[in-house]
Amino acid sequence: MSLARASSSPPGRHLAKVRASVEEALEGLRDGARVMVGGFGLSGNAEALIEGVLERGVRELTLITNNAGTPGRGIFRWFEAGIVRRFVGCYVGPNALVARAIEARTIEVELVPQGTFAERIRAAGAGIAGFYTRTGVGTAIASGKETRVFRGETYLLEEALFADMALVRARRADRFGNLRFHRTARNFSPLMCMAAATSVVEVDELVPEGDIDPDDVHLPGAFVHRLLEVREHEDPLERLAPEPDRG
Amino acid sequence: MAWTRDEMAERAARELPAGSIVTLGIGLPTRIAERVPRDAGIWLHTENGLLGVGPYARAPGELDSQVINAGKEPVTIVKGGSIFDSALSFAMIRGGHVDVAVLGAMQVAESGDLANWAIPGERVMGIGGAMDLAAGARRVIALTTHRTRRGEPKLVTRCTYPLTARACVARVITDLGVLDVTDRGFSLVELARGVSLEAIVAATGASLDVGDAPSLDPGRDDA
Repeated sequence: MSLARASSSPPGRHLAKVRASVEEALEGLRDGARVMVGGFGLSGNAEALIEGVLERGVRELTLITNNAGTPGRGIFRWFEAGIVRRFVGCYVGPNALVARAIEARTIEVELVPQGTFAERIRAAGAGIAGFYTRTGVGTAIASGKETRVFRGETYLLEEALFADMALVRARRADRFGNLRFHRTARNFSPLMCMAAATSVVEVDELVPEGDIDPDDVHLPGAFVHRLLEVREHEDPLERLAPEPDRG
Repeated sequence: MAWTRDEMAERAARELPAGSIVTLGIGLPTRIAERVPRDAGIWLHTENGLLGVGPYARAPGELDSQVINAGKEPVTIVKGGSIFDSALSFAMIRGGHVDVAVLGAMQVAESGDLANWAIPGERVMGIGGAMDLAAGARRVIALTTHRTRRGEPKLVTRCTYPLTARACVARVITDLGVLDVTDRGFSLVELARGVSLEAIVAATGASLDVGDAPSLDPGRDDA
């Protein structure tokens, strides 16, 4: 990926971001695309966009998301439909379908430590090609990677992780794309908006510019390209709290 | 006799100093949260982006599918809690701002090496945040049963499972007792209720220094 400098002034990318439908929001998504999906399990999913990718019929996707999903719901349905060629994430979980696909080599998997995963995505959005971290030194993760000693400690080189499109959920957006997230649904979503060539945000509520105080913006509109307002969500609880301790 | 899972969690909770930031791994370590007194001055951090994890959310009015811990269980947020994205959450971990991490273990070596993410020949569940916590937290405590379900020792001279991080574990809390990882290998700190010295030595797959164990019951098992 290189940064091409414009010789004249093309139209800005920050006009008319609001899309009227899922189809419009996903326009340009093609077979073989690298797609980042925000959320931590089923928490804070862009439900309509995830469903919309299935309906669009694209295939051979590289899916970049924290975990491979809960059977029957959300991103797991991409695996069921066989549209994922490669999964880059931190956790497969007790997901028999994906595990079988890995064994059968119909899906490639790149497992990444979660902090490295987040930082690689952030780096892609921040113009940082790579970084050194202590995470994974001396483990299978370090295989084939450059190491370097800083201040007496060994660090591992990790490279930025880019995407063609990011599909994330936010609680509120203004029409420029300034975002606010809700609670732990923030997770990887702002980073993914930074890293993707096209970031698509499914928002619970679209508000006029000025309704979000500048100090309260979680992610500035500079990182947001398309907005789709979806007022109704399932927002299922993936798990309940365990039974209280006895005694 | 030995400690139950709840007693192990209780014992681990006593390891957490007031005024510290603590990250709990998924599984048994997560249960420590319920054992930390509310006025203990301990800030619980969860890797998915919350500092100030409160008790589990159980009442319908408390439940919010967008307020969860790293095990995807619904939790509450204490007063003074804060929310942030995953990069900042792991900056907290990798930058050395987390004082204690309590992690589950599949194997711990006498050098402090930790293996807790994959068993050869079995399905890999994933890495999650374990490698970051093991490499970045200032003090790593392993909380695990002393042996596998098949009776094999988890405390070993060298890990045979894929490593999470090298030389990271400072202390191990098991159902049989508390052990420190020292320059001389495992050193006994405390025996669990009703556990004999012979039993813990036999259950440990590495040499165990019992010489300066301060909490041994002197009337029971002087070796």
